[in-house]
Order: sequence, then C-alpha cells, then structure tokens
Amino acid sequence: MGESAFEIAINCVKLVLVFLLMVQMVPVLVWLERRGSGFIQNRFGPNRVGPLGLMQLLADAVKFLTKEEFVPKAATKLLFYAAPVFALLPGTLAFSAIPMASPLKWGEHTFLIQGYEIGVGIVFILAISSLAAYTILMAGWGSGNKFSLMGALRASAQTISYELALGLSLVGVIMMYGTFNLTEMIHAQEGAMQFQAFGFTISSSLLPNWGIFYQPLAAVLFFAATFAESNRLPFDLAEGEAELVAGFHTEYGGFKMLLFFIGEYGHMMVASGLMATFFFGGYNIPWTTTEQVYQWALGIVGSPDWASALSSAVHFAMFFAKLAAFLWIFIWVRWTLPRFRYDQLMDLGWKTMLPWALANTIITAVVVFAVSQTW
Amino acid sequence: MPLGGVIFIAVFVTVFGCLCLLAGRLLGGKKHQDAVKLAPYECGIPSQEKKDTKVSVKFYLTAILFILFDIEIIFMYPWATSFKQMISDGTGTAALVAMMIFILIFIFGLFWEIRSKALEWD
Repeated sequence: MGESAFEIAINCVKLVLVFLLMVQMVPVLVWLERRGSGFIQNRFGPNRVGPLGLMQLLADAVKFLTKEEFVPKAATKLLFYAAPVFALLPGTLAFSAIPMASPLKWGEHTFLIQGYEIGVGIVFILAISSLAAYTILMAGWGSGNKFSLMGALRASAQTISYELALGLSLVGVIMMYGTFNLTEMIHAQEGAMQFQAFGFTISSSLLPNWGIFYQPLAAVLFFAATFAESNRLPFDLAEGEAELVAGFHTEYGGFKMLLFFIGEYGHMMVASGLMATFFFGGYNIPWTTTEQVYQWALGIVGSPDWASALSSAVHFAMFFAKLAAFLWIFIWVRWTLPRFRYDQLMDLGWKTMLPWALANTIITAVVVFAVSQTW
Repeated sequence: MPLGGVIFIAVFVTVFGCLCLLAGRLLGGKKHQDAVKLAPYECGIPSQEKKDTKVSVKFYLTAILFILFDIEIIFMYPWATSFKQMISDGTGTAALVAMMIFILIFIFGLFWEIRSKALEWD
C-alpha cells in the first residue's frame, strides 16, 4: 500500500468505494435486465413500484432480507454458508485492479483511480477470476442435492474449458502491447491510429488507436469466452432450468441467493471492464490522449489540481459509458440467443475457440515479427 | 505494494458477506420446518439419490486436460510480454522459432486429444 498512514487510509477508502460501486451496480443491472427483457419481449417488465419500476430494487432487497433463513438437512453447513460469501471475492478483487480513470494529481500526491495497481494485472485478474469455480463447487457439493451437484460440475467444467480460450486469446494482446500492466495498455491505445510497420510510421485519423483494430479475432474470442466464464446465456447450462431446476443454487434463497447474484454481476462487470481496457481504449476518449484532455481541462478551470480532477472525472465517465455498453450487450445477448446443448458447448470451447485462439497467436507472432523488419 | 490492498479488500468483503448472512438470519421470517421441507429439493417425490451420486468421468478428464493445456498457455505469457523486446534486441528469430516449436507440440497434443475422443460427450 502506501508509505504514510494517510496513503494507507486513502487506499482503504478507495477499495471500499470500488466494492460499493460494484455492489450498487447490481440492483441497477437487475432492473436493467428485467426492463430490458420486457422491452425485447414486447412486454412491460417491473413498472409498479416507483417511477419506471426503479424502486423495485428496494422492494426486492427488503423481501430478500425478510425471507426465512433455511438450510436443508442434507447440506454440509460450513460449505453451504461459505459459498455465497466467497462468491463475492473473485469479482471484487479482479474489478479493483482495473484502472477506471486517469490518475488524480493533487499537490504532491497522486491518486490512482483504481483499487490497486498490480504490475502483472492480466495474470492477477485471470488467476483471481478463475477462483469462481471453487465457489460453484462449494455451493453444489454443500447443498446436498443432486441437481446442485450436477449443475456445479457442469459449471466448473465449462468455466475451466473456456478459461483456455480466454487465456490463449490474450497472448496476442499481450504481444501487441508487450506488457501485463493494464495502465500501460491503456496508454498504448491513446489518440488516433498509429503504428510502425516495415520501418515506416503509418497513421490514420479515421480510426482511434484501439486494440480491437489490431486484434479483432482475439476480441471476439475473449468476449465469447467471458460469457461462458460468467455462466450467462447462451452458456448457462449450469442452471438450465428445464433439466436442473436452478443448478448449483437450487437450495439457496433469501440473502444467500442475493450474494450469488452480486458475484455473477461482478463477473460481468469485470468482463466488460476488461473488454474496454484491452480492446476499446480503456478510459481514453476516442481519438484523444490523456494529456490533451488534461490541457483542455486546464483551459477551463485554470488550477492544475482541479484540471487533473476534471480530467479524471471525464475519463471516469468515459470508462463508465464503455462499461455500461458492454453490460448492455451481456443482457441483450441473453434475450437473443438460445441455449446450447452441453456437448455443443464443450465442442465449441475445445474444438473451435481453442484452435482459433491458437491461430490468432501464431498469426500475431508472425505478423509482429514480419512488420518489425526494415527493408 | 498492492498485497496489503488485496488482503484488506478480501477481509472486508468476507466480513461484509458474513454480516449479510447474519442480517438474513436476524431479520428472516419465523422458522417453520418439517421433514418434507428439510429434504433435498425434488419434484414432489422422495429424492432417489444421495449427494454422492454417480457423475460422468468426463468431468474428471476435462479437468486433467485443462490443467495440462492451461500450464502450456501460461508458458506463453512471459514470452509474449518480451517478444517485441527480443525483436529489438536482435534475438527475434530464435524467439519466434522456439515458440513455434512449442505451439507445434501444443497443436499435436490437442489433435491427439480430439482423435482419441477424450472430448466426446455422448
């Protein structure tokens, strides 16, 4: 953390704020999901409690809280209680590592707008978010119900299978940026498109310098794999309600159920944040650099401290807009695509996405090597 | 050092989760439990199988194969970070050839796995 007590306190407050942001997003997302599904399916969705049904979230929370606390007799109590608590951890830990705005320079202090900066950002996030498989297994085994166990086995097998395509699709991305550090990746995507090839500098003011234009295949594979990682449709075989009731959380209700929800939406937010960071310029405003935004802010407010604060705020708004766009795609896809069959799902992961990710790695390596040669 | 931050937020979230469970316990409605309600969830009939029900060995096989391939992928990560650096240092050709050989072994493994029907779900 920091050197002084002041910095440690600031870091702790920041981490709690990131966590609260994540938790507060969940009711909004649940509302969006229900209204969105109503919109897509040409029906109303929640519209009775408060304006546009916005108070539905509060009503739901109260209802969750006042539900009878229940543990089935066959359950392993420790695992049954521990699973929903640990479901919160992977999403929170991974989301804290994503940079959300340009650093705020105030006097001699520099505040990073993220929970903590980790040099090996990608490796940390991948390692932490794959821990979610343990939560699912704990819930499935601890419930003492065959539906839960089957759902948990399916979910964990699916998570680890798509982990391969996910990890491999990022090799090309890492090769392009030459770093594990998310902040450096975002800096590499500043401004309009510009890159070196065969000793020439090629630039175009038509496109922003985003990762998706260099790694389109990786972007598609990564995004598809994150759907499987967060157990969302079309990969929600873990809770295919026609076969397995509700999958690994069949026996859960009340607040324990809500904690699983927070975990799942946390996963979606991590995936959306990573999509924005790797392929869509992170907190950068398209076609501009962090420095340009700072100069613009300096022209408006004058003092360097406030200019830094303003540019941080603008960047945060940009990051949030990108995050929201991807979260909406998550919801949109859920009501658009039908569910796969389990063998189709595994085939897609192992026999389609993994070879394509491998091909992406080879092509990227060869192209990076080739364009570095000068004629 | 971010480690302190990681530990702090991990502890904070765990405590938060435990408090949520406690709140659910304290505020939850009155308990009404009988043998049928406490039984494992099933569609109105007694549950036929215990929780150590038999599961397909394919899950186990998938997990083993995952570990193999995941470790191979992790080997590519440090290489990918330093590939551009190695090119500018003049060792790019060796780095590329070495990684291509490694990927060839990877492809051979994947091909063999598909041919031996380790990934068929029937």
